[in-house]
Amino acid sequence: MSITAVTQAIPVQEIGEIFDVTRLGEYTQFTVVAPGVAAGFRPGQFVAIAVGGPDTSMLLRRSFALYGVKPGGDFAGTIQFVVAEHGRGTEWLVRQQIGTKLDLVGPLGVPFPLPREASPAVLVGGGYGTAPLLPLAEALLAQGSDIELILGAATGSRLFGELPAKRLIGQVTVTTDDGSAGQRGWVTDPLPSAIERLGAQIVYACGPMGMLRAVGEVAAAHAIPAQVAVEESMACGIGVCMSCVLPVRGSDGTSKFVRSCVEGPVFEAGRVRWADVGTLPADLLGADAMGGR
Amino acid sequence: MVDMSTALSTLELPNPVLTASGCAAAGEELNQFFDVSEIGAVVTKSIMTRARSGRPTPRMAETPSGMLNSIGLQGPGIDSFLANELPWLKAHGARAVVSIAGSHTDEYVTLAKRLYHHPVAMLEVNISCPNVENRGQVFACDPLAAARVISAVRRAANPNVPIFAKLSPDVTDIAQVARAVIEAGADGISLINTLLGLVIDLDTLRPALGGVTGGLSGPAIRPVAVRCVWQVHQALPSVPLLGMGGIKTGRDALEFILAGASAVSVGTVIFHDPSAPMRIARELEAELAARGFQSVREAIGFAHRTSSEQAEFFAARIATTQPDVDMEATV
Repeated sequence: MSITAVTQAIPVQEIGEIFDVTRLGEYTQFTVVAPGVAAGFRPGQFVAIAVGGPDTSMLLRRSFALYGVKPGGDFAGTIQFVVAEHGRGTEWLVRQQIGTKLDLVGPLGVPFPLPREASPAVLVGGGYGTAPLLPLAEALLAQGSDIELILGAATGSRLFGELPAKRLIGQVTVTTDDGSAGQRGWVTDPLPSAIERLGAQIVYACGPMGMLRAVGEVAAAHAIPAQVAVEESMACGIGVCMSCVLPVRGSDGTSKFVRSCVEGPVFEAGRVRWADVGTLPADLLGADAMGGR
Repeated sequence: MVDMSTALSTLELPNPVLTASGCAAAGEELNQFFDVSEIGAVVTKSIMTRARSGRPTPRMAETPSGMLNSIGLQGPGIDSFLANELPWLKAHGARAVVSIAGSHTDEYVTLAKRLYHHPVAMLEVNISCPNVENRGQVFACDPLAAARVISAVRRAANPNVPIFAKLSPDVTDIAQVARAVIEAGADGISLINTLLGLVIDLDTLRPALGGVTGGLSGPAIRPVAVRCVWQVHQALPSVPLLGMGGIKTGRDALEFILAGASAVSVGTVIFHDPSAPMRIARELEAELAARGFQSVREAIGFAHRTSSEQAEFFAARIATTQPDVDMEATV
């Protein structure tokens, strides 16, 4: 199956006003007026947000996958993203109210590549990793592709996007580790039968690294590609700090540390060396120059 | 209007705000947010002879008003830099200050020679690297080793290109290291590099960074940096200094200039605000104007003057520039 890279807009930095804040289980969903970010958005891209206000002691931006983007029309363009509280930056963010101004940079990163023509696809979301899959599902449906969606989380309160996904697709499969919602188990349990039922030619996924690796393995076993969006922590989001790197095998067979913010966050799962994340594999380009350091 | 032009040795700059090495890659990403030809110069990420993978992740940890990083000088190596990054900067009209790093003196020399015929506005020699020939002792922490590198680079490099030595604050007497590199032929000094730090991850109960220790940067280190600029300017008042360390606003930049810096580099703040270099240049101009300075140059090292010397400077300014008619009209 041929897939095609999607053209990317140049990111902008803009001040956006919070238009809506909604609690969804353990998550907080923000809708922000951000016409510049909204204008160039493609599914899979993210926004990097400054946290803590003007005199913040937190210098690093927090990055969130975008969904629910409405380009400008009669009203100014808006973006949506969902925040899980797990540190001082996200704690600050979830306390912000309607009307608060946020400093945004986006849209950032490589979007999900789309099939050149309608192709059956399975989409797999872990936790709030479902967020970028919603606009992707819309784009695939608009192409006339048949799709199935599998959502998973550790527990029911950490599921995200079940309702909008059902509205979009009609039916979704849900798994939880503890069985508190949907079927007990992992997203990879119902994945093989979904691929087979649909005759899927591609799998898309976003979620924690372990899940992406497992999804990639299931896709590989079915000899189809998996395009996955990683959730690496990033300091800048624009490709200058070099902190969000992953070991990735290139088309020439050479492996390199590549920046997940600008060369990702979407990667072909088979190219990411999941087992080597957090190490320095000896065959990585330039690893030989690190001796004695 | 404030005259924002300044100079670093023989390098004339339209304004005194540069990027800091390692925080702007080679300019291309930031050009999406502002025109990189409009800032003082782009200081590129330290380049070495060979491609380097850098260290394993995690590579950064946020700290109060700062961050700790152990990137490990990931880079493409000099061949790729000369083929791609440097021509891109030239094509976009940016002044390129090239930062070079080495693990032994010969590596610095090789880099200086390779850059000899290329469009380089200035060389910044990153000597905060472990010297493999001396049990990994950091060059910048040993005045003799630092001087040896600088004198070798000075001999090998294009004589028309100024050479700045970038010093580490992790020394007992920074003025002593500064003197050593100036005597060895440096045309000026960049200060400061990051401070060595360590963060423990309380979930894993292990160091948070893959490289164990890391370099601390950001506003948290600013007073250390201003102190270093102050001490080196006091010891070597005629030596041009490029000041850096935690600059986030035009006010911060002004502190460095008053302490003795001829220009400043902004680094970590770029991760927070990719438009920061141009913003800081604008803010600095307003801060200078608000204090009665007509140029950057007259503010360099101004904090070293006594308050009566400062008062005399401004009194002389009023005597020579007071326009008769306007002032009388407002009285």
